[in-house]
Amino acid sequence: MENSLKQRRGLQVWFSVMIGLIMIPAMFGLSLGVTSVYIQILVKILEWSTLRIQRGHRDRPTLPVPAPLPNGLIQREGGSMEHEMGELRRYRTQSISRGEFALSDSFYFYRKGLESIVDDQVTQRFSSEELVSWNLLTRTNHNFHYISLRLTVIWGLGVIIRYCVLFPLRITLAIIGLSWLVIGTSLVGFLPNRRVKNWLSELVHLMCYRICARGLSATIQYHNKNNKPQKGGICVANHTSPIDIVILANDGCYAMVGQSHSGLMGVIQRSMVRSCPHVWFERSEMRDRHAVTSRLRAHVAAKSNLPILIFPEGTCINNTSVMMFKKGSFEIGGTIYPVAIKYDPRFGDAFWNSAKYNMVSYLLRMMTSWAIVVNVWYLPPMTRQEGEDATKFANRVKSAIAHQGGLLDMAWDGSLKRDKVKEEFKEHQQKMYSSMVVGKKARTSQEPHTESTKR
Amino acid sequence: MGTTNSTLSKIPNVEELMQETGFTPAHIVRLYDRFEALDKEKTGLLRPQDFGAINRLAMNPIGDRIIGAFFSPGQETVDFHSFVRILAHFRPADKKRPKDPSMPEPVNSRTSKLKFAFQLYDQDKDGKISRAELLQVLRSMLEMQVTEEQLESIADRTIQEADLDKDDAISFEEFRKSLEKVNIDHKMSIRFLR
Repeated sequence: MENSLKQRRGLQVWFSVMIGLIMIPAMFGLSLGVTSVYIQILVKILEWSTLRIQRGHRDRPTLPVPAPLPNGLIQREGGSMEHEMGELRRYRTQSISRGEFALSDSFYFYRKGLESIVDDQVTQRFSSEELVSWNLLTRTNHNFHYISLRLTVIWGLGVIIRYCVLFPLRITLAIIGLSWLVIGTSLVGFLPNRRVKNWLSELVHLMCYRICARGLSATIQYHNKNNKPQKGGICVANHTSPIDIVILANDGCYAMVGQSHSGLMGVIQRSMVRSCPHVWFERSEMRDRHAVTSRLRAHVAAKSNLPILIFPEGTCINNTSVMMFKKGSFEIGGTIYPVAIKYDPRFGDAFWNSAKYNMVSYLLRMMTSWAIVVNVWYLPPMTRQEGEDATKFANRVKSAIAHQGGLLDMAWDGSLKRDKVKEEFKEHQQKMYSSMVVGKKARTSQEPHTESTKR
Repeated sequence: MGTTNSTLSKIPNVEELMQETGFTPAHIVRLYDRFEALDKEKTGLLRPQDFGAINRLAMNPIGDRIIGAFFSPGQETVDFHSFVRILAHFRPADKKRPKDPSMPEPVNSRTSKLKFAFQLYDQDKDGKISRAELLQVLRSMLEMQVTEEQLESIADRTIQEADLDKDDAISFEEFRKSLEKVNIDHKMSIRFLR
């Protein structure tokens, strides 16, 4: 009896010490260096396991193992429509310059169509990135068979460590962080004084986000801190998961923009507003674009307000590419501070597939990954130039972010995940094809006759 | 570990399917994942609208015909087996296989591919591409970009060139003859990565 009581007391003390050791340096932005050591050990283990898996594959080539294909299932011919059609028609004895139709022309469209049925670039972006090697998490194990006993043992150990040691620690930290956010901001809200209030509110916010970040074992590397978003500006970033907010807010204070929720989120939102202005919209207001734009504009105009944080893609993308930015954010005016966020997929898949997982199961998955390793690049501020419309500006910013983060710059709209594509694209294809068949000659049927008389 | 085997065991008659189509187990698994990804309502069957959700396909001028090729006449759904069988037409030809006259024609041979392409044109399956059917395909590929007159003259010229027995329609043999120099295997194949 006494022993078990003592054991439990011992465990509790040990637990609280751990929490304290993690929390207190976090609150002040310091690090004990434990996380970096942990990451290094992890990298070594993952490298070893990769080698082991590769060796395993070599030794047993008869096993049908689909290799992970990060770029899709099929090899695509890179040729343009003209090039391909030219090849298809090469057999024809008549001169190709006359254009015209060949029965084989449809093969080009046929093949392209089937290729898109088997695999398509857009849908790929909405499922998690496939890793080239396995990172010892069950959830990323698509293709890897049983390879060796040692690997299984390490995987088993990994499960125990992640679920029994790391997970309780992280949950506790997360709860502490969020409660402190609510309590702290409410307390600060009582203060009347401007400057002290702002300073305190920033401090409270920073501390909470830092604790939350520890709660995810997040290692964040910020680059180009001199370009950090300033007050009265708009911060724009690519969106992979709700954790992006925690990641960015660890280094600075932002005014959040979003829909006001009820329940726990609502409590957090309301208390945050007490200490410094955020922009929360009611659901009905969101539909009125003008109202939204004018409110944001008013916020930006007050130069003492914190920079707004906006994710123009509108939805979570899997962090291999950047999809089209919605131009709404770029019509507000003011200076845009682009930020590129890139997660390292080896340590945990940060992408929130909202179709597959709800918020709670997503957060649980996050807390049982190895760690979250992120690179954040602050890009130099951009403003809309004379005569540049919002769409062009949005694309310019998007390319800069994609380029910096090493992500693919895709021309597709994030909402295409749910909507259908427009007729314009189809027409464009038809136009291209028709120029090959009919050509740029005059569109009369008398052309051939005049040609033949020109001997 | 070993999710490949578990996926394969989910598919009924998978051995037969592999034998018939020549896809490797790895390919089958990938295609199954793709099938499941397209089957948004998890019914185990695909409908025309599931194909319609693929953006690149909706953009394709003959996208509707391609979708139609998956559905047998009168059928509104396609199961995984039929899905794979249709895709198997586009597998590159197996160069090493000896020609065995007693075995049925493999589904990805040159002739099979041509037959498949022929059916794209010959929608009423009467064995001939009539002028009207050719016009329909031309219209899909060119739509607003050319006049009706031009469409008709193109159709006329094409039939003139290919129609050897002068019955104003293109039979399968004439189709095959007119395309004898085209590298069908190259142009009507999709290279699956290993």
